[in-house]
Parts: sequence; C-alpha cells; structure tokens
Amino acid sequence: MIQFWILAVILIASAVWTISASKPVYSVVALLLNFAALAVLYLTLSAEFLAVIQIIVYSGAILVLFVFVIALLSSGVAPFAMGPNRLPRIWLPGATFVLAALGFLVYAVSKAVPVLTRPAGPVGTANVFGSVGDFGTALFTVQLLPFEVTALILMVAVIGVITLGGEQMRDPGARRHERTVEREIREAILREGEG
Amino acid sequence: MMAVPLDHYVALAAVMFFIGVIGVIVRRNPLVMLMSIELMFNAANLLFIAFARAWVQNSGQIFAFLVITVAAAEAAIGLAIIVTTFRPQKYVDVDDVRTLHG
Repeated sequence: MIQFWILAVILIASAVWTISASKPVYSVVALLLNFAALAVLYLTLSAEFLAVIQIIVYSGAILVLFVFVIALLSSGVAPFAMGPNRLPRIWLPGATFVLAALGFLVYAVSKAVPVLTRPAGPVGTANVFGSVGDFGTALFTVQLLPFEVTALILMVAVIGVITLGGEQMRDPGARRHERTVEREIREAILREGEG
Repeated sequence: MMAVPLDHYVALAAVMFFIGVIGVIVRRNPLVMLMSIELMFNAANLLFIAFARAWVQNSGQIFAFLVITVAAAEAAIGLAIIVTTFRPQKYVDVDDVRTLHG
C-alpha cells in the first residue's frame, strides 16, 4: 500500500512536470522519471517482463528519440521558444472540461470494483503469473495473433518513417543545390577569416 | 502485500490520462504534445496491467505489450513528421502550421 502511494505521488508529480516544463528537455527528464516509477509499479503488479520492457523501450528507445529530435530542431540559431503566450484563451474552458470529465470518471469507477487480493504465486519462479516464462508461453501460444500484429505495426512504422524521411533524398537536384549553397557559405566564412 | 484496491489504480490511470489530455490541449510545442500522448498510452497500459493482475490473466499484459509497440511506432512516425514539418521553420509551434488551412 505504501509503495503505491509513493509511486502515485511520483507519477502524478512527474506527469504534471512533463506538461508544464518550460523546455522540452526538462519534459523528457520528467517523463523519464514517470516511466521509471511506472516500471516499479508494474513490478508491484507482478508484471516483470513489462517492467523491463518499459525501461528498455520507453526510457531507452523512445526518450532517446525525443532527445535526438530536440537536439536536431534546436541546433540552429532558432530558440526553442513558445512565442507569445496564447494559453489564457483556451486554458480555462479546457481545464474545466478536463477536470469535469476526470471527476466523473473517478466517481464512476469508485463504485464496487474488486480488490487485488488473489495470490499470484511466489516471485521469481517460472510459470507463475507475470513471470517472464509465463508471459513468453502465453505470447507464443495462446496470444500469437497480437504478437504477429506487433510485427505488422513495426513494419508500418519503418515504412512510414522511410517514406517521410526519404522526401528530401528523392530530389537529387535540390540536394546538389543545397551542397552548392553550403560550399558558398563555407567559402564566405573562410574569406571573412582571411580578411 | 496486494491490498491496494483496484479503483486506486483506475483513479491513478485516469489522473495520468487527463494530465496527458491537458498537455495535448494546452501546449503548443509538438514535442511536448507527443510526450503527453505517451503519458496517455502509459495510463492505458497501467490499467491493462492492473486488471490483468486483478483477475490473474496475462491477456492484459500481452495487450500492454501491444500498446507499447504502438506507442513506439507512433513516436517514431510522429517525430519524423515533426522533423520534416518544423525543420525549415524558425520556431517549433503547432500554431505556425497553416498548410492545411487551404
């Protein structure tokens, strides 16, 4: 019980920090804290494999991708600014709507839901609920279809990213022009240095 | 040890989900919006895993696995779109994207 409350406080605080941070890098750090706390929560829910996957995929892959994009987009002279603050226009109705929906949802689910009391077996042994062995057996036998859908989704993601990223590479003329401009800029800088 | 009622997890997931919703509505930075979407994915995952634990059925964990895959694919494609859209622009702000206004 006490772990749950500690983790809940960390989760909510880091989630609020994520959406309220002034710079996207801080958001990434807050999100990292959120994902780590969530992985610990998964462990208390005897989902060992998913806790590891949470750390590897979310904290390891997705957040690094975010950091790369932040570095890519803010590497130039352009500041990562929000521009003029346009929040007040939508802040109040948005927050009201969201809080009303949240209150309704919490009220609705606070009625008669079961307590997690059924035992899941000793931790760390194969083939008890939530262990890696149990998860893998289910994944490759009963639940084979979701596993194959996973492969399809990743394929779609790969093709989508190549399609989007290949846009610039498809036009060789434009690339040649870009390289010419780059060379001119470099020569101009060199001339500046000499003169 | 597992004396935490299930509705605690549901309430926590609801709070996390709506923090994500607020992030998408309020923030104008597409990267933070994408992170808020990740928050919502994680709230859904938490529900899947809590319910899987409540009924000692690992189908929920399998689906949480599927959701993680979808989130990874979505992050990859979303970030690719952000990079291609905002690379030529000075500021990263979704309000500056007016190509689809016609």
